[in-house]
Amino acid sequence: MRIPIDTFSLPNGLFVTLSEDHTAPIVAVNLWYHVGSANERLGRTGFAHLFEHMLFQGSADVEANEHFELVQRAGGTLNGSTWLERTNYFETVPSNQLEIALWLEANRMGKLLPAMTQQKLDTQREVVMNERRWTMDNQPYGTWMEKLPALCFPPEHPFHHSLIGSMEDLTAASLDDVANFFATYYTPDNAVLSIAGDFDPSEARRFINKHFGEIPRGTGKPPLPDMSLPPVFGQWKREVIPDDVMLPRLFLAFRSPAFGTDDYYAASVCGAILGLRNASRLRRRLVRERQIAADASAFTYDLSKGSDLLVVDVTARPGVHAEQLEQEVAHEIDTLVRDGVEAEEVERSVAVIQTSFVSALQEAGERADRLSMFATYFGKPDLVNDEVDRYRAVTADAVNAFARERLGENNRASLLYVARDETPGELVGAGAASEAL
Amino acid sequence: MSASTIVKAPRPVPGPPREYHFPRFERRRLDNGLELVVAPVTKLPLTTVAVISDAGAVCDPPSREGTAQLVAKLMIEGGTERSDGTELTARFERLGASIDSHADWDAAVMTMTVLSEHLSAAFDLLGEVVRTPAFRAREVERLKAERMAELLQLRAEPRGLADEHFSRFVYNAASRYAKPDDGDEASVAAIDRDLLLPFYETRYAPGGTTVIVVGDITVERAEELVRRVFGSWSGGKPARVTADDLPVRRERAVHVIAKTDAPQSELRIGHVAIPRNHPDFFPVNVMNAVLGGLFNSRINMNLREVHGYTYGAFSGIQWRRQAGPFVVSTAVKSDVTEAATREILSEINRMRAEPIAPEELSLATSYLDGVFPIRFETTSAIAAALAVLVVHALPADYYDRYREHVRAMTIEQIRDAATRHLHPDSLQMVVVGDPSVVRAPLESLGFGPVALYDTSGNPTR
Repeated sequence: MRIPIDTFSLPNGLFVTLSEDHTAPIVAVNLWYHVGSANERLGRTGFAHLFEHMLFQGSADVEANEHFELVQRAGGTLNGSTWLERTNYFETVPSNQLEIALWLEANRMGKLLPAMTQQKLDTQREVVMNERRWTMDNQPYGTWMEKLPALCFPPEHPFHHSLIGSMEDLTAASLDDVANFFATYYTPDNAVLSIAGDFDPSEARRFINKHFGEIPRGTGKPPLPDMSLPPVFGQWKREVIPDDVMLPRLFLAFRSPAFGTDDYYAASVCGAILGLRNASRLRRRLVRERQIAADASAFTYDLSKGSDLLVVDVTARPGVHAEQLEQEVAHEIDTLVRDGVEAEEVERSVAVIQTSFVSALQEAGERADRLSMFATYFGKPDLVNDEVDRYRAVTADAVNAFARERLGENNRASLLYVARDETPGELVGAGAASEAL
Repeated sequence: MSASTIVKAPRPVPGPPREYHFPRFERRRLDNGLELVVAPVTKLPLTTVAVISDAGAVCDPPSREGTAQLVAKLMIEGGTERSDGTELTARFERLGASIDSHADWDAAVMTMTVLSEHLSAAFDLLGEVVRTPAFRAREVERLKAERMAELLQLRAEPRGLADEHFSRFVYNAASRYAKPDDGDEASVAAIDRDLLLPFYETRYAPGGTTVIVVGDITVERAEELVRRVFGSWSGGKPARVTADDLPVRRERAVHVIAKTDAPQSELRIGHVAIPRNHPDFFPVNVMNAVLGGLFNSRINMNLREVHGYTYGAFSGIQWRRQAGPFVVSTAVKSDVTEAATREILSEINRMRAEPIAPEELSLATSYLDGVFPIRFETTSAIAAALAVLVVHALPADYYDRYREHVRAMTIEQIRDAATRHLHPDSLQMVVVGDPSVVRAPLESLGFGPVALYDTSGNPTR
């Protein structure tokens, strides 16, 4: 299956993708700004995300939180999210409400700053600090989200630092930072706008020209440093984290090919063979057969710049020690590298991935988000229609070549969570040593 | 805050809405009593099949809570007469089929989504699962052990802990609703494999099962598949089990689950609400949307946007055949626990004390009205909606009339729903947090007596 795609650009640089589907009176508006935590400067970690919150605090013609209210009053759903490489904002609304969604997005892209106040910044800073407490600090294993990138990327690398940010840096953020960040990154030439679902293309173009056409082009953003890294870590980087947890849990990461490359798809299938669904290797062997793990899965970060991460995530059964967990997982990885994977495992993985992909495309919001993603990272929204073929082209040989090159001991980074009061001395020692490297 | 008081650029005006109706569906019944519901939706080459059986957690034998969930999971994990669990899972996944089986309070639900080209083979496999489960001993023990691991994990997980203890402090001890739907340590340990087959044979029977098919398929083809796979299935109609939904107490109380040094307090505040089939379902639902069901609802605006106490605060009613709970959920910075509680209490009281503003009513109703089509974009969402229809025996035109019911709500009906169904004097409050920070302020708040517990729920001092 292929979805229809049309594209055009405004003179101010805004890139637009359109995908019609008239099966239901629903339309999705999706805006990606090509800025994420990677673009933050030192001492301002967490700013891209804090800024995302500020984008719901009103603009010249919109009151604080009125964006939410107007979309909900229109019968729509909405949100925003921040990632290492991008920030996105999205609404799905009844199709007769397309213009209000576009107007709201345009109003904050064009006229955010007049509405910003110190009080709004102070409140959202508190909200974000509570978000940090809720998702990381008061959640078992929650710190993995900031510890894993810190372990896997060198200190000066843009993917190294915390996405949600440190409490210190959040406290230091000022209104000037808000103004500078907005002027630098929230410009039409640094954004992609996608519309998917039930709309009239000529009307949509008219709305877009009317509301986004007058917004001035930006003056350029500072380039990211060279993101490329050697294909492997060069060692097994280890960190042991005593935490308020009941069971040991291992996050084992491998540096892997950047999202969108041909090699990425082999890596993604390898991850699926290891940990996607119940018939995957780690579920079958460690959860079902050996019964040393309570749960196991694998995923990729889908980073498009420099390199990506493939991560295996395994939680121990009660009574299984952290060292044993790590050894058993490593043994499964070693076995895969040594003996390779079967064609049937590739077929299973691709079949499962394909069904999920088609399922996701039922939703207008998912279509629009994928169009924005491929347009933002590669300038080619139609890559969405190549996804299934690219997965189908992956062979067992390609997966095995990936495994031999990337799953060895010279390319592993592990976060091992252990119960705070049961931390074995030698493990803490090993962690301290590897942190010092 | 009201937009009308500020002179701003004019907002775009919506065009006329395009007509939408919930997908047409047909119901058929086989001679063995099995019901079939088919909704052809031809957008993408995809079909979802949901098998709904009268085998929910309310059917658990006393002191064996968790049986229904264990049986539901073992339908897949425990394999069939032909294939063990490993092989069975692989057979589904080689077809690309996603398959999930679990027990809700009121029903066991098996859901499969598959591309059209594999539907026939996947449907046969689903029939094999429903009709010939094997409950292999090794897998029974494994799933019990995995539940034990989950319960152990819960001891360190504030959100799950708060939910579990909230149920226990709201319902009376004899109620099935007082215990976790998946069972606790004692009840799961007591589940013997010999119990599982009789439970399956009684509760999973054609007379208590509905097969819902949604997607790229005709009614005739769906019926053909269902007849092929389930036509010869024999069995009776299980007796309906009714849960006891009486509260444990009528007076307010605070229950602090100690988590030393917690940077946040995880809060649950609520009481027993009303059953899904209560005539006040619509007014209560809209009332809740004003109070705490939406981002712009009173509770979230107050706690998050005015005070910055939290990342989010919401209220909701868990709709069950008998009365599920009404609960306000949030996590707040530890040192504002008492202040946040006061605000929540004040919002609940205000819902009863004064009529809501017209723009509050219109926000809630226009949202619920407008978002209606967006709730049914996927075959699995439509199947889930039809499952609600089946489980609660709602009228066939329920979804066709949903939006007119919502639009018809008045301020008086909302006030009336708040007065009759919010019970500020009976609220139970669970706090998972640091007692050294929260206890004294909560005691001086006067919400109710404050009792302390460890994470297993044992009283402490």
